[in-house]
Amino acid sequence: MSDFPRWKYALVVIVLLFGIVYALPNVFPPQPAVQISGNRGTTIDAALKGKVEGLLATAKVPASSIQIDDKAGRLLARFGNADAQSKASDALRVGLGDNYTVALNQASTVPAWLQSLGANSMPLGLDLQGGVHFLMEVDQNAVIDTQENRYTDDIRSMLREKKVNYDSVNRNARGQGVNVVLRTDADRQQAASLIGADYPELQIADGPSSGNRFVLNATIKPAKLREVSQGMITQNLTTLRQRVNALGVSEPLIQQQGTSQIVVELAGVQDTAEAKKIIGAVASLQYRAGLYTPQQALDAARTKNVPPDAKLYFGRDGRPYLLSKSVIATGDELVDAQSGRDPQNGTPMVSVTLNSSGARKMQEFTNNNVGKPMAVLYTTRTTETKMVDGKEVKTPKIVEEVINYANISSPFGKKFQTNGLPSDAEASELALLLRGGSFAVPIDIVGESVIGPSLGADNIDKGFKAVMLGLGLVLVAAAIYYKLFGLVADIALFFNLVLLVAVMSMIHVTLTMPGIAGIVLTLGMAIDANVLICERIREELRNGSSPLASIRTGYDKAWATILDANVTHLLAALGLMTMGSGPIKGFGVTLFIGILTSMFTSVTVTHAITALIHGGRKLKTLSV
Amino acid sequence: MEIFNHNANFNFLGLRRFSIGLAALLIVASVALIGAKGFNYGQDFLGGVSVSVAFQNPVDTNDVRDALEKSGVENPLVQAVGGSREVAVRLLPKDDAKNGGAATGDEAASRVAKDVVKAIQAVRPDASMKSYSFVGPQVGEELRSDGIVAVIFVIVGIMGYLWIRFEKRFAIAALLTEIHDVLVTLGIFALTQREFDLTVLASVLAVVGYSINDKVVVFDRVRELFRSSRNATPEEVLNRSINSTLSRTIITSLFTGITMAALYFIGGPVVHNFAITMLIGILVGTLSSIFVASPILLWLGVSKQDLMPRTKEDPELARRP
Repeated sequence: MSDFPRWKYALVVIVLLFGIVYALPNVFPPQPAVQISGNRGTTIDAALKGKVEGLLATAKVPASSIQIDDKAGRLLARFGNADAQSKASDALRVGLGDNYTVALNQASTVPAWLQSLGANSMPLGLDLQGGVHFLMEVDQNAVIDTQENRYTDDIRSMLREKKVNYDSVNRNARGQGVNVVLRTDADRQQAASLIGADYPELQIADGPSSGNRFVLNATIKPAKLREVSQGMITQNLTTLRQRVNALGVSEPLIQQQGTSQIVVELAGVQDTAEAKKIIGAVASLQYRAGLYTPQQALDAARTKNVPPDAKLYFGRDGRPYLLSKSVIATGDELVDAQSGRDPQNGTPMVSVTLNSSGARKMQEFTNNNVGKPMAVLYTTRTTETKMVDGKEVKTPKIVEEVINYANISSPFGKKFQTNGLPSDAEASELALLLRGGSFAVPIDIVGESVIGPSLGADNIDKGFKAVMLGLGLVLVAAAIYYKLFGLVADIALFFNLVLLVAVMSMIHVTLTMPGIAGIVLTLGMAIDANVLICERIREELRNGSSPLASIRTGYDKAWATILDANVTHLLAALGLMTMGSGPIKGFGVTLFIGILTSMFTSVTVTHAITALIHGGRKLKTLSV
Repeated sequence: MEIFNHNANFNFLGLRRFSIGLAALLIVASVALIGAKGFNYGQDFLGGVSVSVAFQNPVDTNDVRDALEKSGVENPLVQAVGGSREVAVRLLPKDDAKNGGAATGDEAASRVAKDVVKAIQAVRPDASMKSYSFVGPQVGEELRSDGIVAVIFVIVGIMGYLWIRFEKRFAIAALLTEIHDVLVTLGIFALTQREFDLTVLASVLAVVGYSINDKVVVFDRVRELFRSSRNATPEEVLNRSINSTLSRTIITSLFTGITMAALYFIGGPVVHNFAITMLIGILVGTLSSIFVASPILLWLGVSKQDLMPRTKEDPELARRP
């Protein structure tokens, strides 16, 4: 047919091929697996593989395959079912000890040639594979409290330093800032200009004045509070990520939602109590003197012969350090840590601020120890619950790491810098850890849910059946009602499902139950365009047009309607996508993609097929 | 195959007093119902603990309720989900003060869930916990305001589009009918006191999308017929538009309805409420496309002049030869 150009045929063929290839991976169901990765320089090699095989044999859970993935530096053992997977992970966790992280994983069974094209299956939402979900909220009040307390201290000590006479510096009710009471108006003006110069993030206003009482009120500007609160969320996200890694969950979802919430989803984990303990673990920070030389530390690590005044610790990279047993300052005394670049030599650095008690101790220590090393020790304390002989045994687990080790260049007190860090990334990570160790804002868990793996499988099964039944019924109904044109619409509808799945897989939309509902709804509504076209063709035939002219006019006239109807529908889908919450978003994304793919398949694809069938033939009637 | 007589010219507009009156009545009734009974908000909005319990043998929800009340759980909401072998037990935060206030303590949530299952197991040893979830009440507040913002965004966006592509009367008619559809759908929800949760909120937005789609098809035909007809009165044009799109309106509703029914019957409890809202919305939206949208259009005084292509209205262009 002349009005359907060749390039459009080519487009249809290319798009459909693309759809088939990228939708195909979803046919291969993921396999339960256990992933093992090493900590502290341990290697993943054939010896480990042999050890894992041995442990699995003792536990009587044979793996269907054990592979070493050199690129990712991990070992993957696959199992036939989720039951064997959890048994195996328990056995391996105990057997391999702390040097390895054992995580539950879903191993892809997609063939390598598909993966090399970048084709992967859709990740499944928690409701489809089971796991735990936490919704956490950062305590905004705590953010305000810490900030206002800090400014109260700072203003007091600054006024003392600058020798401004004051009566009192006190914190008001939350959100009301700090009140400084001075004796004369001149003092007040001096104090105001000093505070204004040092703390531009404070809003300063004169309060009531009477006799020898002149009040100055300083409040934190909202922009600064927002910035601080965002910083705290980022910091909490980092801390959470590290802790979840300790939990050994592969591919956890940890992300910010809205302005003050954090979502954590751990697929495959069933024990919320255990997860909560680790997520809510207490972390702390200590400044200690570094003793002896690196060589002596290495020797001590090898021989286990530690000098009596020192204790042996390890850095994140596994290097040994010998640190003094006494503590100079702790994380509670740390007020702030910011990463940046040294204005003098441009190297990455972290600048740290201590409170007054920390500053005094630091001053004392550094005065006497210029040129000697000082280290930052980071400690996380969690409680581990293990089942031993059917009984719960709780053991506290403490992880201590040296996160920074540097020489003291000159005496310092309240504010100091750590220079010469290897990269900006490391500087900002150190800053985050320093802050994380000191004032991680309390996070409240405001929502939690556990979805059993069997419920997840059940949901997938039901969702799949609903899609198939809905699709089947519409296919049959369309074929009966519109005969040949109905069959053409059916082919298009099927490809719509393929394309929709392909696009969703390509852009990594996580498939959830609401998403499946969106797919079903899209399938039901996608046929609408074909109904419009078929009804138009019927009308044209009734008006006495020739079959070919009817097809042409039918498609032309229906297109304007289809476009208007679908644009308005897209707007509705957009509304759903902009909703903050997860499940609705997933539904909206599915609907949005579905409307776009259905416009292509139900108009262009059906037109191509119709042109192929009817083109170049003399027709007396149409089967519509 | 054809179900509808294509020569039908039923006088839908002749029913306009009756149909608009009925629509207005339905709106008033829905608003009154929503005001009087309110929604049976689900856990997503209210917070609290929800435990889903599976049984090996069929179970009666009354037995579960009795067992829970006997063990001191106050006002549990027990609903059968997915047949007779699974129930969902919901405890609102305010009813849960005895258990240490599940609304505040996340630690308490898993304990409460375990207590509930234990209480049920005392009577029915074949019970086992399938899942549980806990949501704090402050989350719901945010969701509700997000939801309202989303609905307003959608309606304003659609109105703007119709205003540009059609004419302002079409935008207003669509808006009024849309309000009717949403309110009546919500009204039915308030009447039946079905649980109103996040997926229901999503489906209410999907109903907006579906029913606007339906109206646009009729409006499109109205515009086309106005432009092509010479002497027809607006009432004739509107009637002919509804009649000539009638078969499409009903067939599409049927097809969409079929898929939603499939979802309703076998999609499982998670999407149950979604499917039922869509089914209600499809019915309400279809009826209002036929009986309500066009009468409003007539009432707003739509005319042929409003719909002629814009260029001709532009005096600058009209002056050219």
